[in-house]
Amino acid sequence: MEKKLKLVMVGNGMAGVRTLEELLKLAPDLYDITVFGSEPYPNYNRILLSPVLTGEQTLRDIVLNDEDWYRANGIDLRMNCRVERINRARRTVVGEDGSEVPYDRLLLATGSNPFILPVPGNDLDGVVTFRDIRDVNLMIEAARTHKRAVVIGGGLLGLEAASGLAARGMDVSVVHLGSGLLDRQLDPQAALLLQGSLEARGLKFLMPRQTEALLGNDQGRVRGVRFAGGEEIEADLVVMAVGIRPNTELAERCGLYVNRGVVVSDTLQTYDPLIYAVGECVSHRGTAYGLVAPLFEQAKVAANHLALYGIGRYEGSVTSTKLKVTGIDVFSAGDFLGGQGTEAITLADPVGGVYKKLVLKDDKLVGACLYGDTADGAWYFRLIREGKRIEALREQLMFGESAIGGDTGHAGENRAIGMADSAEVCGCNGVCKGTIVKAIREKGLFTVDEIKKHTKAASSCGSCTGLVEQILINCVGGAADVKPKSEKAVCGCTDLTHGEVRKAIREHHLVTIAGAMHFMEWRTPDGCATCRPALNYYLLSTWPGEARDDGQSRLANERMHANIQKDGTYSVVPRMWGGVTNPSELRRIADVADKYAIPLVKVTGGQRIDLLGVKKEDLPKVWADLDMPSGHAYGKSLRTVKTCVGSEFCRFGTQDSTAMGIALEKDLVGMWSPHKVKLAVSGCPRNCAESGIKDVGIIAVDSGWELYVGGNGGIKTEVAQFFAKVKTAEEVLEYSGAFLQLYREEAFYLERTVHYLARVGIERAKARVVEDAAGRAELYARLKFALSFEADPWEARRDAAPAAREFHSLTV
Amino acid sequence: MPQAAACQWHSICHIDEIPPQGARVVRRPGQHDVAVFRTRDDQVFAVLDRCPHKGGPLSAGLVHGRSVACPLHGWVMDLASGQAQAPDEGCVQTFPVKVEGGAVYLGLDED
Repeated sequence: MEKKLKLVMVGNGMAGVRTLEELLKLAPDLYDITVFGSEPYPNYNRILLSPVLTGEQTLRDIVLNDEDWYRANGIDLRMNCRVERINRARRTVVGEDGSEVPYDRLLLATGSNPFILPVPGNDLDGVVTFRDIRDVNLMIEAARTHKRAVVIGGGLLGLEAASGLAARGMDVSVVHLGSGLLDRQLDPQAALLLQGSLEARGLKFLMPRQTEALLGNDQGRVRGVRFAGGEEIEADLVVMAVGIRPNTELAERCGLYVNRGVVVSDTLQTYDPLIYAVGECVSHRGTAYGLVAPLFEQAKVAANHLALYGIGRYEGSVTSTKLKVTGIDVFSAGDFLGGQGTEAITLADPVGGVYKKLVLKDDKLVGACLYGDTADGAWYFRLIREGKRIEALREQLMFGESAIGGDTGHAGENRAIGMADSAEVCGCNGVCKGTIVKAIREKGLFTVDEIKKHTKAASSCGSCTGLVEQILINCVGGAADVKPKSEKAVCGCTDLTHGEVRKAIREHHLVTIAGAMHFMEWRTPDGCATCRPALNYYLLSTWPGEARDDGQSRLANERMHANIQKDGTYSVVPRMWGGVTNPSELRRIADVADKYAIPLVKVTGGQRIDLLGVKKEDLPKVWADLDMPSGHAYGKSLRTVKTCVGSEFCRFGTQDSTAMGIALEKDLVGMWSPHKVKLAVSGCPRNCAESGIKDVGIIAVDSGWELYVGGNGGIKTEVAQFFAKVKTAEEVLEYSGAFLQLYREEAFYLERTVHYLARVGIERAKARVVEDAAGRAELYARLKFALSFEADPWEARRDAAPAAREFHSLTV
Repeated sequence: MPQAAACQWHSICHIDEIPPQGARVVRRPGQHDVAVFRTRDDQVFAVLDRCPHKGGPLSAGLVHGRSVACPLHGWVMDLASGQAQAPDEGCVQTFPVKVEGGAVYLGLDED
């Protein structure tokens, strides 16, 4: 057996252990791992020290990885053991117990130290910091035996300590050097609201005050605090919460380059390439992060490089803060102070205790500061990270995501905070809020994907994803790993995003799934049910005529060219152009239903006839007997063009919408797309074909045709946006086709037109399709070229032996 | 685990008649169907054609590695052990299979 490499980790906190978890996922057998931790505990959730202080949770509740976890992964855990020195020449780490452990790779995750004010008396009994379990135990003990507490520092940690101690019955004063609380998270107005509200709850504030000395009694215990200017107050307990400093002592002593933090590259390597560093001890591009989400991102990248995959770079993070101080919700993200070139939208309701400020720059949201009502924090944060243009949302922006449109499936509930534990969040899988909260707490979950896996919430239609995200943020605060799809890896087989995969396929002319996986260094031999269908689509849409459709990389419906039903039978929807049929087709459909004893015949929402309950082995025969083309009701493809009767019969009709719909459908048939595509053509603005909720909706007016795009009648009802007005039927075909080709080329797999437009902005689509005539013609030509390779899939499978074989069963 | 000793081998098809990364359904009189899978590297596995979650036909699933993703709700089943991929919990019955000179044999209990 090959000898394993040796990995030593110094520091046993959240960032380091998350790196190990990510590493074990990628390369479980690559390393023998040794972990040194100075605390006598396994990895616990430091963010939850506040609830432990208030008594809402216990130490047991906040342990993320118990000792069994280290054992099960073969990790040599040395708790309560500081590291004395690192010997880079010998590649060893020496513990304070004298043990010397060799390494091939070293991971520094030494975290940070609380800053101790350099004032006389800072070493008295009863002077503590707020960093670890030991500190919390000291505070709990002091609260039991003493009365007056002074917390120095009006930042996040200070206020949490203050409210925790107040909850334990102490008389608490907060001393702050600046004039506004939480000055790194709140703007001055929000800070004033917070202060007022905390004062109403009994906390006292002394600010601005500069601490000059801590005064002791003759037993060596603190008895008071003296400020510059001579003012003194009494204190039995002083908590110093004036900030943290990266813990770089060990790194400095072994000669690594340190500038505030241990300086690392985008691959989280220090100046010694065998030594990696993650977490609060690190300085990356001049920034040291003290929040958990960026540290987890670092962990992912470091793990990738430690696993010898060598892909992925950490490029810094936009951070958000969510905190709850004695029941007051505060959220901020990005550049919430604003400045040159920015504008702000504010909402202030001082009596109701709500303040919101959104900072905009160049039509994008760049910062948010919320006080009192933080339900939309996750949404704003997503908008900031996506850098999405918000001109279309601007008017509703302040009122939150729920003002934008109607979700279905969770009783219209859009705010997780007010929901009872018994309220249903995921209507598809029947998952209640309490179940999700319990899973987050007990299994230590930090991402929506993990919640999906463990609880099934948001794993079907996805309409409750926003709610689940809110619940996650409420439970774990800034540690929540919420990322838009554009920043997420396609699946566990790769670290690349959809955008990166599309780009590689285009730029490196990749035409097979195996070749693409090889080139992009997929971790699995042949992918999974998430990435294979996506890759198959990207290859086909990028290289039509060259890439070969891989049926085995399509999910059941698209492989069988029918919709699988809960009992394993299939449904068959023949194509009826524009929803128009005739007596002879109807007779054939009726005959087929009789002959194959089809249990249910139903009209669909797209004006087609659905034959439900067809046995798999009957499918080729049913198709042959129907003698109609596939309706593609099963595909991420053109589904239907719904029409009204139009000017041929209707007394209000202004144009022949039925003929227009048929022409569109014939023009687009066989088109594979990132997600399903539905169209409609209405003959007048009464809009009987419901063009307003279609991917492309056409409305006839007397002077021509209006085109609307990005509508959706499904999970979230979205009204289509006006796109263009044209005069002729030919223009309708070209504009619609060009828009859909743009969507086919740029959208991520499983992204509907509405979500694609939300990501790139409708202005971009208009610029490419409406305003650029040459570009439009090229897009349309590329669509026609791609469609020239498509044939009716039912006809091809009616009797050809190799294709038909999959439909037939074997016997014993 | 199925008892290889007590089973009867049935010749069902040639390996080329199972598409790579695909499956065929084997009907058994009076009993539930068996799905016989062929992986990308030509390993052959057989499991009951019924997902332990909601009874979906695993034979219609997407085959990757040594696993299949159920077509109904995406549970991933390991074809060799029959175990569902965590955190889902469940197990599907497995059957012995062997390939000799390209002929695929499925082992079923006698009687």
